[in-house]
Amino acid sequence: MLKEGQIRIPSGCAISGIFSKSGKRVSGESIIKSIATMHDRSNGLGGGFAAYGIYPEYKDYYALHVFYDGDTSQEECEKFLERHFDIINLSKIPTRKTPRITDAPLIWRYFVTPLPTKLAESQLDEKEFTARCVMKINMGIDGAYVFSSGKNMGVFKAVGYPEDVGEFYKLEEYSGYCWTAHGRYPTNTPGWWGGAHPFALLDYSVVHNGEISSYDANRRTIEMYGYKCTLQTDTEVITYIIDYLNRKIGLSLEEISGVVAAPFWQVINSMPKEENEKYTYLRNVFSSLLITGPFSILVGFEGGMMALNDRLKLRSMVIGEKDDMVYAASEECAIRVIEENLDRVWSPKGGEAVIATLNRGVI
Amino acid sequence: MKRVYVNEQWCLGCHLCEYYCAFANSNETDMVKALKDIVIHPRIQIEQKDNISFAVSCRHCEEPLCVKGCITGALSINEGVISVDQNKCIGCFTCILCCPYGAISAGDESIIQKCELCTNNKHGSPHCVKGCPNNAIVFEER
Amino acid sequence: MGINYLYQEYEVSRNMDRCINCRVCERQCANEVHSFDKDKNIMRSDDVNCVNCHRCVALCPTRALKIVKTDHTFKENANWRGSIINEIYKQAESGAVLLSSMGNPNNYPVYFDKILLNASQVTNPSIDPLREPMETKVFLGSKPKSIQRDKDGRLINNLSCGIELSVPIMFSAMSYGSISYNAHESLARAAKEAGILYNTGEGGLHKDFYQYGSNTIVQVASGRFGVYKDYLEAGAAIEIKMGQGAKPGIGGHLPGAKIVGDISKTRMVPEGSDAISPAPHHDIYSIEDLRQLVYSLKETTNYKKPVIVKIAAVHNVAAIASGIARSGADIIAIDGFRGGTGAAPTRIRDNVGIPIELALASVDQRLRDEGIRDNVSIVVGGSIRNSSDIVKAIALGADCVYIGTAALLALGCHLCRSCQTGKCNWGIATQSPELVKRLNPDIGFKRLVNLVGAWEHEIKEMMGGMGINSIESLKGNRLMLRGVGLSEKELQILGIKHAGE
Repeated sequence: MLKEGQIRIPSGCAISGIFSKSGKRVSGESIIKSIATMHDRSNGLGGGFAAYGIYPEYKDYYALHVFYDGDTSQEECEKFLERHFDIINLSKIPTRKTPRITDAPLIWRYFVTPLPTKLAESQLDEKEFTARCVMKINMGIDGAYVFSSGKNMGVFKAVGYPEDVGEFYKLEEYSGYCWTAHGRYPTNTPGWWGGAHPFALLDYSVVHNGEISSYDANRRTIEMYGYKCTLQTDTEVITYIIDYLNRKIGLSLEEISGVVAAPFWQVINSMPKEENEKYTYLRNVFSSLLITGPFSILVGFEGGMMALNDRLKLRSMVIGEKDDMVYAASEECAIRVIEENLDRVWSPKGGEAVIATLNRGVI
Repeated sequence: MKRVYVNEQWCLGCHLCEYYCAFANSNETDMVKALKDIVIHPRIQIEQKDNISFAVSCRHCEEPLCVKGCITGALSINEGVISVDQNKCIGCFTCILCCPYGAISAGDESIIQKCELCTNNKHGSPHCVKGCPNNAIVFEER
Repeated sequence: MGINYLYQEYEVSRNMDRCINCRVCERQCANEVHSFDKDKNIMRSDDVNCVNCHRCVALCPTRALKIVKTDHTFKENANWRGSIINEIYKQAESGAVLLSSMGNPNNYPVYFDKILLNASQVTNPSIDPLREPMETKVFLGSKPKSIQRDKDGRLINNLSCGIELSVPIMFSAMSYGSISYNAHESLARAAKEAGILYNTGEGGLHKDFYQYGSNTIVQVASGRFGVYKDYLEAGAAIEIKMGQGAKPGIGGHLPGAKIVGDISKTRMVPEGSDAISPAPHHDIYSIEDLRQLVYSLKETTNYKKPVIVKIAAVHNVAAIASGIARSGADIIAIDGFRGGTGAAPTRIRDNVGIPIELALASVDQRLRDEGIRDNVSIVVGGSIRNSSDIVKAIALGADCVYIGTAALLALGCHLCRSCQTGKCNWGIATQSPELVKRLNPDIGFKRLVNLVGAWEHEIKEMMGGMGINSIESLKGNRLMLRGVGLSEKELQILGIKHAGE
C-alpha cells in the first residue's frame, strides 16, 4: 500500500478547538474529552492535537517535533540540524504505553534557533530560513519527518483514535491557551503517523475536515511559490496557502478567507463599492488559491485561532462562546461536553471566518 | 397585428418560400406528395432582377382596395387578415386588377387565391416564413 | 480536354422519387453542380465541381439530396493511398504548391479523446448547477507579485490591465477578408452578447465594428494591415500574431482580387494589390525584438491594453513561451497544429507543429517550474471542439480557449475545406456579395450565442460533477484528469495519471 506522499488520500474527519482570549492556559484534558465525543467520526487511522502557549520557558526557540524511522535517519537529521541551528535543548517526547497505539516511530523534540552565520549567509528572514530547513529535512532525509516547527507551540499526532493519541502523548501534562484536535477517517489504510493532523508549518497549524476538489489546482500553484507538497493531503496544501498568504504576502486572515472561501460573484456584485473592489481584487489576483469542495478548518496561529467553512458550507461546524472562551467543533455535542452553559452557540455561514485572538496585552 | 414583412437585404432568391407556400396550401402532409410533378401556384412570389430579389405576398392592408372592389363580398377582413370565402367568389378577378401589389392571383376552379397567413390551413402561421433560410421574410408586429 | 487524371471525390445522390424540381440546389450552388434539364423535366448534377459543402443538402425541402464519397478507387495500397496519388496528378498538372483550408484533417492522435474527467462520489458531494451558484468568470492578464496598501491599510488595486470574460471562451482570430463582413458582424455581436471577446485577425477593423470595441481583440500581424493608433485603441486587448497553428512559419497571402472596396479600406491596402503577410515580423527576429514590440504597443495605448502574443505550437514551445512570459506580454495564446486557416500550403498544414494538448501541458508546467506562471495567462486554440475539450484544457492548465472552427461551424460552415476558392456557399469565407448575404448576422450571432451558452451549461455540469463551483479551481487541476490508452511518456508530458491509478 502507498502511504501519504506517494498517493493522494481523501478523508473524512472530526475537528475541535478551544481558545482562551485571556490567554488562560488549560490542560489537554478538555480537548481530549471534546474530540472523544465524536469518536464515530474517526476510524482509528489518525488523531492529533496542536497546542499553543505550551513552551513558555522556550518561547523564543523553534520547537521541532520529529518522527524518525530509525537511528540512521535520526543521525542524519541531527547532523543537518547542527549545521543550521543552535540546538538549545533536545529530548525524546515523553509518551505513555497504551495498547491502542502501536508501531510508534522515534519521536524527538528540539528547541532550536538558526545559526546567525547560516542565517546571514542565506539572506532569508528567520522564519523563511527555518521553514526551508524543515522542508529540506522532510524531502531530503529518508525516514525523518518534522511535524511541528513553531515557537511556543507543538503538534502531537499518531495513528489511532484521537483520545488514545492524547493519552499516548500525556497531553494532560501540557497546558496552553489554544488547543485544536483532529480525528481522522481516511478512506484507505494504513494511515501513517506523518499523515495524521494537525499539519503544521512554523506557527501555523491546520486541522481539517473535508475533501477539497481544488486540490491539484492549489497544489500546483503553491508549489510554484517554493512549497513542496510531500504528503498530498488537503491539510498540507491549506497550511501552505495560509502561510504563503499571511506570512509571505501579508494578507490578513479575514482577507485570506476572502481568497480561499471567496464570496460568490453574485454576492460581491451586491457589495458596496469598496468591498466589491476588494473582493474582486482578491479573487482576481489569487484566483488559483480558491479552495472548492467541502471543508471545515481550524487554523491555529501565534495568538489566535480561525474557524472557516467552505463557501457552500458542505461540512458541519459549530462555534460556542463562554466568557473569554471560544469553542469550535464539527458537532455541538463536542462543545457541550466540556462547557454545558454556553453564552452563545451558532453555525457560521459558508465562507464566514470566525477569528479569535488573544486580548490586547496578553502574553 | 403581425404581418409578413420582407427583408430584401437577406433574400437569396432561392424561391423556397414559394414551395413552402404551395405545400402549406395543398392540404397534404407530405411535401413530396403535394408538389411532385406539378407546377406550383404559390401565394407568395419572388420578384427578381439582377442581384435583387424579394418575396411578394398580400400585405393585409388596413384599407384594402381588393375588399372594396369585391363585387360579391367574398373578400373580407377577419381580425386583420384578408380572407376569401370560396363559396362566394365568382372569379370576376376585379380584386386582381385592384391590388396595387399583385398579391392576388387566379387559383384553381376559376376562383382567386391569396395569402391568408396560413390561417386557412393546418399550419396556422405563415409557412413561407418558417421555410425561409435567411430571415428574409418575417412574421412580426411592427 | 486531354486526359483527365482526376475522378471526383464526391457524388451527388439525388432521390428522384423525392425531388420536386424546386431548383433550390441549383440556385444555391456557387460551384454550379446542379442544373435543370427542361427537356426531361429533371434535375441533373455535375459531380466534378462538388466540394461537399452540403448547402444543397441543407436547403433541399424534401431531403432528396445527399452527398456520398465516390467508390471509384485505385488498386488498394496502404502506402500509395488514393489521396496521395491524386495530389501528384494535381501537381504534375499545375506545377504548383498544394493549397488547403481549415485544420489538419489527418489521423494523428487527438489527446482530448484519450483523457477522461473525474466526478465526486461519497467522500465529497457533487454540486448541482441548477441549485447552487456555479462560476465561470475568468480574468486574463498578469498578476502582481505582491500586494500594496494605502496609509489606512486598505489594499491598493495594483493589477495591470486585463480581460474579464463571463466564460473562458473567445473567438479566435479570423480576418475580415478571409471571412465575410457578415461573419465578422456575427462574431462581434455574439461576443458582446455572451460577455466574451472576438478577434479581428490581421485584416484590420471595419469602421462599423468599432462599436464592439470592448469585446474586440485587435490583432497586429506581420503584414500590419489596418494597424494605426485608433485601431489599437479600439479594442479591449492587442494580439501580436507570431504564428498560426495551421501554418507555423508561414505568412499569408490575400490575392489582390479580394482586396476590393471595404476590405481595401480596412486593410489600408490599395485596391487590387496583393496583401502579403511575411512569414516573420521583419522587426522581430528574436525574443528581445518581441519585447520591444510589446512595449511599443503598450506605450502607444498608454498601458491600458493587455498584450497577447500568439504563437503556433511547435517543438520547443515551452522554451518560447517562457521567453514570452518574460517579454512583458500579459497573455500567451498557443495555437495547436489542428488549428484552422483560410488557406495554407497543404504540406505545412498537415505536417508542421504539435498537438495543443501536449503543448499546453508542457508550457503550463514549464512556466510553473520557472515560477512565472502568474506573469501571463494562457489561451489555447487549435481544435477545441466541444465543452469537454474546454474543461480538459483548463484542467491541463489553460486560462481560456480560443474557438475558431467551432464558431464557423455554428455559422453554417460544413468543413468542406474549400475556403481558398472564395466560393463559400455559406457566406462565410467569401467576399462575393451574393454569397455573403447568405449569412444573415441576425441568425449567425444568435447561433454563436447559443453555442457559447450551451457550452457554458455543459461546463457547469461537468464542474459540478467534480465538486468544483468556480472555474479557477479547475485551472491546472490535473488530478481531475486520467488518460486512457496513453504511453508513460505521453502521460508524463500531460502530467496526468492513467485511468485506474
